[in-house]
Amino acid sequence: MSKSALLSSSIAKKYWMAITGLFLCLFLVGHLLGNLQLILKTGEEGRRAFNEYAYFMSHNIVIKVMSYATYLSILFHAIDGIMLAVQNKKARPVAYAYNKPGANSSSASRNMAVLGSAIFIFIAIHMSNFWWKMKYSSDPMPLHLMTKDISVSMGQNPLTGQEMKNTITVTYALTTNGDYIEYSYIDPQTKKKMDIVEVKDHVKFYAKDKDVEIGEGYKDLHSLTVAFFGQDRSKEGVPANKNAGLAVTLYVLAMLVLSFHLWHGFASAFQSLGMNHPRYTPAIRAFGKVFSIVVPLLFAIIPILLFINK
Amino acid sequence: MASKFINITLKIWRQKNGTTKGGLETYGLNNVSTDSSFLEMLDQLNEQLINERKEPVAFDHDCREGICGSCSLYINGRAHGPDRGVTTCQLHMRTFKDGETIYVEPWRSRAFPVIKDLVVDRSAFDRIQQAGGFVSVNTSGRTIDANATPIPKADADKAFEAAACIGCGACVASCKNGSAMLFVGAKVSQYALLPQGKVEAQQRVLNMVRQMDEEGFGNCTNTGACEVECPKGISIENIARMNREYLKAIVTED
Repeated sequence: MSKSALLSSSIAKKYWMAITGLFLCLFLVGHLLGNLQLILKTGEEGRRAFNEYAYFMSHNIVIKVMSYATYLSILFHAIDGIMLAVQNKKARPVAYAYNKPGANSSSASRNMAVLGSAIFIFIAIHMSNFWWKMKYSSDPMPLHLMTKDISVSMGQNPLTGQEMKNTITVTYALTTNGDYIEYSYIDPQTKKKMDIVEVKDHVKFYAKDKDVEIGEGYKDLHSLTVAFFGQDRSKEGVPANKNAGLAVTLYVLAMLVLSFHLWHGFASAFQSLGMNHPRYTPAIRAFGKVFSIVVPLLFAIIPILLFINK
Repeated sequence: MASKFINITLKIWRQKNGTTKGGLETYGLNNVSTDSSFLEMLDQLNEQLINERKEPVAFDHDCREGICGSCSLYINGRAHGPDRGVTTCQLHMRTFKDGETIYVEPWRSRAFPVIKDLVVDRSAFDRIQQAGGFVSVNTSGRTIDANATPIPKADADKAFEAAACIGCGACVASCKNGSAMLFVGAKVSQYALLPQGKVEAQQRVLNMVRQMDEEGFGNCTNTGACEVECPKGISIENIARMNREYLKAIVTED
């Protein structure tokens, strides 16, 4: 296998576009199913389910591998696409004075590079809004605390430091008052609030002065997200986004662009990979059209519903 | 149908040679029979220009029956004009209205440089053909009859459809990327489907695609414009077949 043919030939470049593009279609389905939890389950249960899902997505090793494959696919798809677009531009140095491309091709198919660039910009903004805050930002992140049952056997009671002779179960009911710094311990028997808990590394709860980890919270991506699209989550530490209307509008527009990109891209990927058959191609085309409408539509419905129900 | 005569305005690309800059020139032409072909109309214009002691418009033409692929004109924003499945010589003036302005431009592609006016150099296609668009046959006298090799009817039909390509370059001209993949796809397919062509299939597709890329054609983005404008109705199925052949070739190449 010659290396140059695999990377630089016109047809091989199309294979890469097709493979990365189809992989990103799979990613869209996974991402969509995750997002749909935001509207399928409401209330405290929905918040808990979503945050547990977010925790799983950022800690599971298989997901980690898939996420790196996704980052690479996005970059490769974008870079390869730009290289193709530049070459294609060069292939016609003098433009037609009078051209009627609408007579023989769809506008989506002729504007894949422009649509793709718009999607790339959206992805960058989208990741800075959520992914960056969730994973890297040193800004305070709201935490989602749940009642945690921690069994403590023989040894030291992590809260009081007393020697324990028998196996006991201590229930730590951790609640938040909305400020991420102040978490308190409420004694399950006396219901009295005790100031004996502190937070380290954003998510870990330690017994004050004892340096013993007694529990871990979930990063509250749910509150962050619903607040971003207009719902007030001041109680959880995130007030409603003042520009939520703009955020929803831009999000819906981006999904419209994605829809056009997929309208041509989905079936086109199969053609690039050499799959064109009188029996299967009509089905692939039809599925591609349905996919290009349903997936962006479902994505777009989520922020709209969050915004309406604020 | 009774013939009619129309008056038209032509905006034609004039360019002295490959090194000078060209531009659109406007010409009025009266009493054009709607029964005349587009090329006959250009002949009429050239007669008028010669009578006015002006340089006639250079354009490619040969068989004038839709089989040679010479008449490469981009008319009113489309290769070979508004009709489908025709070459320029098969396009008739009845397609146009009285008083209409008609734009005539040469094929626009880096790989098809303008020689003069509407004439472009399509030898890039010849070089792609020379790179692999053939079957090596021993012609020393002991040749065997081609019909002695059984070929399934469906395959023969598909190969024949691909072989209908006349190499006119309308696919390149129509493609927003100036891609030659329909041409190369057809030339690869016509042999890939036949037992005689299978022997050299691997090297054929690799060499032809390499030559295509070297000539400076663009990349296919599957807009499908080429198959719509192709005067011979060649399907982009042939591009998919070339993509398959190429994939097979690069993974099995030594």
